[in-house]
Amino acid sequence: MNYFPDEVVEHVFDFITSHKDRNSVSLVCKSWYKIERYSRQRVFIGNCYSITPQRLIARFPGLKSLTLKGKPHFADFNLVPHDWGGFVDPWIKALAKSRIGLEELRLKRMVVSDDSLELLSKSFPNFKSLVLVSCEGFTTDGVAAIAANCRFLRELDLQENEVEDHRGHWLSCFPESCTSLVSLNFACLKGEINLASLERLVARSPNLKSLRLNRVVPLDTLQKLLMRAPQLVDLGIGSYVDDPSSEVFTKLKAVIQLCNSIRSLSGFLEVAPCCMSAIYPICENLTFLNLSYAPGLQGNDLTKLVQHCRKLQRLWILDCIGDKGLGVVASTCKELQELRVFPSDPFDAGNAAVTEEGLVLISAGCPKLNSLLYFCHQMTNAALITVAKNCTNFIRFRLCILDPVKADPVTNQPLDEGFGAIVRSNKSLKRLSLSGLLTDQVFLYIGMYAKKLEMLSIAFAGDSNKGMLYVLNGCNKLRKLEIRDCPFGDVALLEDMGKYETMRSLWMSSCEVTLGACKTLAKKMPSLNVEIINESEQLEFSLDDRLLVDKMYLYRTLVGHRKDKPEYVLLL
Amino acid sequence: MSSENGKRLLETDAGGLNFEATELTLGLPGEPRVTSDGGAKLGSKRGFSETVDLKLGDNNQEVKLGHSLQEAAKSPVSKTQVVGWPPVRGFAKRGKKSCKYVKVAVDGAPYLRKVDLEIYNSYQQLLTSLEDMFSCFTIRNYLNEKKIDQVNGIEYMPTYEDKDGDWMLVGDVPWQMFVESCKRLRLMKSSEAVGLGLTTGPKYASTN
Repeated sequence: MNYFPDEVVEHVFDFITSHKDRNSVSLVCKSWYKIERYSRQRVFIGNCYSITPQRLIARFPGLKSLTLKGKPHFADFNLVPHDWGGFVDPWIKALAKSRIGLEELRLKRMVVSDDSLELLSKSFPNFKSLVLVSCEGFTTDGVAAIAANCRFLRELDLQENEVEDHRGHWLSCFPESCTSLVSLNFACLKGEINLASLERLVARSPNLKSLRLNRVVPLDTLQKLLMRAPQLVDLGIGSYVDDPSSEVFTKLKAVIQLCNSIRSLSGFLEVAPCCMSAIYPICENLTFLNLSYAPGLQGNDLTKLVQHCRKLQRLWILDCIGDKGLGVVASTCKELQELRVFPSDPFDAGNAAVTEEGLVLISAGCPKLNSLLYFCHQMTNAALITVAKNCTNFIRFRLCILDPVKADPVTNQPLDEGFGAIVRSNKSLKRLSLSGLLTDQVFLYIGMYAKKLEMLSIAFAGDSNKGMLYVLNGCNKLRKLEIRDCPFGDVALLEDMGKYETMRSLWMSSCEVTLGACKTLAKKMPSLNVEIINESEQLEFSLDDRLLVDKMYLYRTLVGHRKDKPEYVLLL
Repeated sequence: MSSENGKRLLETDAGGLNFEATELTLGLPGEPRVTSDGGAKLGSKRGFSETVDLKLGDNNQEVKLGHSLQEAAKSPVSKTQVVGWPPVRGFAKRGKKSCKYVKVAVDGAPYLRKVDLEIYNSYQQLLTSLEDMFSCFTIRNYLNEKKIDQVNGIEYMPTYEDKDGDWMLVGDVPWQMFVESCKRLRLMKSSEAVGLGLTTGPKYASTN
């Protein structure tokens, strides 16, 4: 390759698109590093504190698309206090000052302010795509700025964000000249919007492929929108309530017949089950169905719907579908690759909606299954062993038994053998979440067999440091490890400190790790940030090294301590 | 490596419960260093001092309970509620009560209205919205203890009926708690409320 001019090498690199591959390519030699960095357009930063925006800008002047992640995953479950960090503002400020022609920004678990959004909307004339997932800190005013100022906006995708809703006008801020929208998702917004503005916006967006509405958009507006956009591929329905004998509903049924491009359906935030029959014609072609936000649908409504979905590849559903309903899924959806079953009532153990039986049926009926998230009330080793026999393609296996530390109800044994079978037979497993009663044994299995594992989530499991050590020693590809309420302590934490440089992050809360051990780790490993989150007011850090820390979050970084930490975080 | 003391603190007997950590109070008296999040934190309703008297050995020795679980098991709440468990994001939005419409009655108005409490984030937003809805009235705003400009000279006190059937003054409890317990709203004429000793209202600063 030394004999080729740079342009040729660069052209070859154009075909290399995955982040991992491009990262590898840049390490080959100085010349390739240089060519790669000038030609790189898309950058993924899994931890916003691992690098600074200045260094990003310096290395990749051709940057067009940036993905940033902020808070640790357990922040989703309220384990990370408010204001911990993950602010996008310094990034947007730095990028705005630079010559970077940013076109796409994707953020996950970050704190975004209205000012940031406004600056973003005004600084990049070619800005095309904003995707915010599980973010917070902004209001609909910020969204309005994006709508108003991004002249070539193609994608505005708000997923599960906490947005303060100032109601109404943001949608009207899209100028009449804006006709470039391809994807608009505002399902997570709670407030009213101007329905007429929405209709006009959809009418002047011929490229619109994805539209996800919030709950205030009523059925008759939906009908009008579908009339304007029969080319939609992805539809999220807001309110789906009407009298089936009404004229509007009849019109809706007619227009749905025209929407034969829809492959993905979600929403039904408010729903009248008697209206669901209008949806059946599009079920035939659906590849993704997400009913996890539709508590208004009962088990038999779900089952009836699913029976029409023969081509389904991904299904997200509530557990009220029941084991029987999952049986119907198993016999209907032979192409199923991903299944997520969410709890409709997480605290009510009495109403056992799905159990191990449903999972076994799915595993038997869906040979292509490779991704699972399953909330259930109980699980047995026998069932897991059967699942492991039936399914050997799992990439993601996340099982959550709602009652933590629950044993196998038939044998009263821990679930070590069941999970052991899963990791033994699924050699491509990249992500695993455990639950139920578990001893160190399960970690021995994970260390032995889960050689491709990248992310592991553990709660209320294990007996001793050995458990954690099995994992750290055996899982060479581990990137993210998050642990809560386990008896893992200093011995496990400090045995192989270099390991953490090969990982993105480690979270340990309510474990047995002492302040002293954390200090030792921080001292020996300057390339790691070791953060202690301490929320109780009286505790003083200078106190005792023997103190057990509540929450520790450590991550590798190239730029040392962060400057924006709140008071309750101690950086060692 | 950790000191010997530290080691003793941390190693647990195989299958047994870790007593050492609970017995040693390395923090200030009454302050539970002992692990746990949420339920054990200061300011939570269930004090951790309860665990001091826990006979931890009584439990099924096969079951290795985390500290926060012990805590939850002892709590008077019948359902196990551990912070961050189950690990499902936004489950409250998925729950059966996906919106919370309550009737709003205003003394003297010929008909009632309905509002969805879920779409507001604070008392301020709710009261502003109610004022818009019943635009000819003014609502006495206890939260800021300032009067809104009077239009026709009649003031109203926002009250609500809670789960127990009692009529309460809006603003005393945290917003989320209010949303959960409110069954209906009534804007009561201030003149009626005079006898209730509500002239100096509570100050509730937080919005969430």
